[in-house]
Amino acid sequence: MTTTTQPIERDVQELDRVTIRFAGDSGDGMQLTGTQFTRTAAVFGNDISTFPDYPAEIRAPAGSLPGVSGFQISFAASDIHTPGDAPDVLVAMNPAALKTNVGDLTAGGALIVNSDAFTTGNLNKAAYASNPLTDGSLKQYRVFEVPISTLNARALEGLEMTSKQIDLTKNFFALGLMFWLYERSMDPTLSWIDQKFGARPVIAEANRRALKAGYAYGETTEMFHTVYRVPKARLAPGTYRNITGNEATGLGFLVASKLAGRPLFYGSYPITPASDILHQLSAYKQFGVKAFQAEDEIAAMGATIGAAYGGALALTGTSGPGVALKTEAIGLAVMTELPMVIVNVQRAGPSTGMPTKVEQADLFQAVFGRNGESPLPVLAPATPGECFSLAIEASRIALKYMTPVIYLSDAFVANGAEPWRVPSLDDLPDISVPDAVPGNGTFLPYARDPETLARPWALPGTPGLEHRIGGLEKADGLGNVSYDPDNHHRMSVLRARKVAGIAADIPPLETYGADEGELLILGWGSTYGALRSATERLLAAGHQVAQAHLRYLNPFPANTGEVLSRYRRVLVPEVNLGQLAFMIRGTYLVDAVSYGRVRGKPFRIGEIVDEAERILGVGA
Amino acid sequence: MTQMTDPAETQPVALTRKDFVSDQEVRWCPGCGDYSILAQTQKVMPDFGVPRENIVFISGIGCSGRLPYYMNTYGFHSIHGRAPTLATGLKVARPDLMVWVITGDGDALSIGGNHFLHTMRRNVDFTMVMHNNRIYGLTKGQTSPTSEFGKRTKSTPLGSVDRPVMPLTLALAAEATFVARTVDTHTEHLQHTLEAAGRHHGASFVEVLQNCNIFNDGAWREFTERDVRDDRMLLLEDGRPMIFGKERDKGIRLRGLHPEVVTIGQDGVTEDDLLVHDAHAEDPYLALILSRMFWPEYPVPVGVLRDVERPTHSDLVDAQIEQAIEKSGPGDLATALLAGETWTVE
Repeated sequence: MTTTTQPIERDVQELDRVTIRFAGDSGDGMQLTGTQFTRTAAVFGNDISTFPDYPAEIRAPAGSLPGVSGFQISFAASDIHTPGDAPDVLVAMNPAALKTNVGDLTAGGALIVNSDAFTTGNLNKAAYASNPLTDGSLKQYRVFEVPISTLNARALEGLEMTSKQIDLTKNFFALGLMFWLYERSMDPTLSWIDQKFGARPVIAEANRRALKAGYAYGETTEMFHTVYRVPKARLAPGTYRNITGNEATGLGFLVASKLAGRPLFYGSYPITPASDILHQLSAYKQFGVKAFQAEDEIAAMGATIGAAYGGALALTGTSGPGVALKTEAIGLAVMTELPMVIVNVQRAGPSTGMPTKVEQADLFQAVFGRNGESPLPVLAPATPGECFSLAIEASRIALKYMTPVIYLSDAFVANGAEPWRVPSLDDLPDISVPDAVPGNGTFLPYARDPETLARPWALPGTPGLEHRIGGLEKADGLGNVSYDPDNHHRMSVLRARKVAGIAADIPPLETYGADEGELLILGWGSTYGALRSATERLLAAGHQVAQAHLRYLNPFPANTGEVLSRYRRVLVPEVNLGQLAFMIRGTYLVDAVSYGRVRGKPFRIGEIVDEAERILGVGA
Repeated sequence: MTQMTDPAETQPVALTRKDFVSDQEVRWCPGCGDYSILAQTQKVMPDFGVPRENIVFISGIGCSGRLPYYMNTYGFHSIHGRAPTLATGLKVARPDLMVWVITGDGDALSIGGNHFLHTMRRNVDFTMVMHNNRIYGLTKGQTSPTSEFGKRTKSTPLGSVDRPVMPLTLALAAEATFVARTVDTHTEHLQHTLEAAGRHHGASFVEVLQNCNIFNDGAWREFTERDVRDDRMLLLEDGRPMIFGKERDKGIRLRGLHPEVVTIGQDGVTEDDLLVHDAHAEDPYLALILSRMFWPEYPVPVGVLRDVERPTHSDLVDAQIEQAIEKSGPGDLATALLAGETWTVE
């Protein structure tokens, strides 16, 4: 290392978009590093999109391949929709992180490695036969070897800390270096350090020093000849914050409870990747939110039904395996026609599957996965920010139609972050519904609103409305137990019609791109960004294509069939093996082409473009 | 939302048993013990002074599950084993309501065992009445968690290889604050026990020994029949020595960790040597000993084994909310929306 007090002449290169991936041991603080970079870029005014990718093991053996944790952030001067197909910069804190991530780095991309970690022991743990830093295997990248551990330890000299504690701060050295390289201010992170470690001055000082040392290293080393500038994005005017999908979900339901004028109840059992919603709602005590950690998934669902029966805006949240356990009780909610929302933050299955990885393969489970004819509305947010508005929409539908609603998030949209324009409360809809009140004559718990087919919500505590409901089939109107054959058919049809009728009360399916033409790319959920970006590329190449993205999976928007009919082919990319494609084919008799990949990862834009071009016959 | 009211604050209402009888035709087998449990439940209801609309009966699946249909209150016939979970959510959302959970030995202890355990330890403020007939009746006669070891049923033609659980021991182990046992045919005792359970603030568990005259006739006959019950059952009375027998000459004495049956007047045994019942003891040891006593080794204890006060689940939930508001004021949505760092785009 050469140090000099003379300023070094460097080029400044302006870029529209940069994608960085931080990768290291799951104990190396890569998620924190990525989050800090994200906040800084967001506050600066870039558009951002992130993809945290972490192992299920809390602390896999240090240096091992399964223990690698990654955080990818794309930040840009323009509107972006995905965290980027391939990183331009990879920060690898050890050989295992290099090995599992370098394959994704763009050719010519920058590779910053902590050279201190490339010991024989660590190379063996990562199953490297020879040291990749010296064997020429990284020739296609710009490799920057930085002895991060040593430099960081030197910067922290004199602090009363163990060498292990010192080593834990090296992620902030790497962060400081990246801040310098991309002309970012350290201030947001410095104030975060003050807030987080204020009570522990030594730790705070260590993190400050590590961050500043990384930044100073960039300034003084001659290793980097260029710094990069990514100007602010031109976002719509307003107040912004950075938000993840799970945060937006929790916040959306909090706001929904106020818009509905009802207390919020959340019954849940801890499960990845939904637990953050439980944590967030548990902290909203000042709002009167009652978050209940149940003894199991079934109890969480049962308690949610009980709270809905009592008049609360009731929710439960889980992932696919949890929904499997709740299934019988969801059927009870369908039968008793009580309003509630079931949040499924999907993850890779079946069974325990890959609990921290991305997949959207619970669509069939949501739409069809109950015994009997058991219809319920299913909604899916497309972006982290949209999790907010769709939480309100799911609540609106549940309350207005007296029905359980499934809200299908997934690990990608839940953990990913983007800048979010904070809405004004005045712009949000009133979603309140009245409680049933005693009228003349016998109370009919299954009388229906002629427009919505919703039954009355008669809350315990209301004199004169004493009635009994339950899982047994009920006589139309009167609500007594009924085994009458025609009544069962009529009630089954009524429940189905009620849910189908919601199609008239939701926005039409919109298209982006050509109004008609060769190909429609139809998706749902968190694939939105990749499909949108792919469509942009295909349009730029002159193809007659469009994108349509479903937020409502049951019922489909009323114009869906008409939209499908305007394109010669329909491509349905999904992170499952063709579930929406199957539903589209079955519902509309359209020869939809499925593109399904389940790798535990979101789609890359490039693969969607390739598949679309294959169908379009380009380059064949 | 309906205005929430504390049951204690509502004006006492003068109701009669008939006010709690719904218009539904009761459909249990003739001779079923459930008729008696229903009748005593309806009879005891007016004594609480709670308006009908503030009472909710929640049941699971099994013969007992039908009871809410026959009560002219709010009612919810849920799914197998899950009634305690609905009751928990309802009580959290609506602490103002009086909630009863009606269940059976299969519903509460087999498929719903986990919820039984956790609602008891949370001290959810409801009264759970478990109809225990030691058999699955609605599914036509299979072994239940309280069936005797070796019991021959349709699913155990060579005899059950599972040992039965002791429901009262389970409830005590799960930290239940009110634990009692009674018998379907001992109507007066049944009524008093239901009343005491209903008045308890917190989770109350009542095991009702009930006959299934179709699939397990005489389930408890050996010690509940009129001619033998005084000698084979121990009527627990708080603060009184444990005496039983037609001649009131038998009692329970503690030897080491074990209870033993003694005869007053024999071998110098006097009333002073007998165990004195203390349902309000903070520790559960005496109640645990009683919960393990069963015929034929011992007379079967009936009555209230344990009745202690602890804050209920919904009390604690509400207190946390009140404290949070007291400390930092009511939540402000605009602040929550703008949490973290924000920036403005012009």
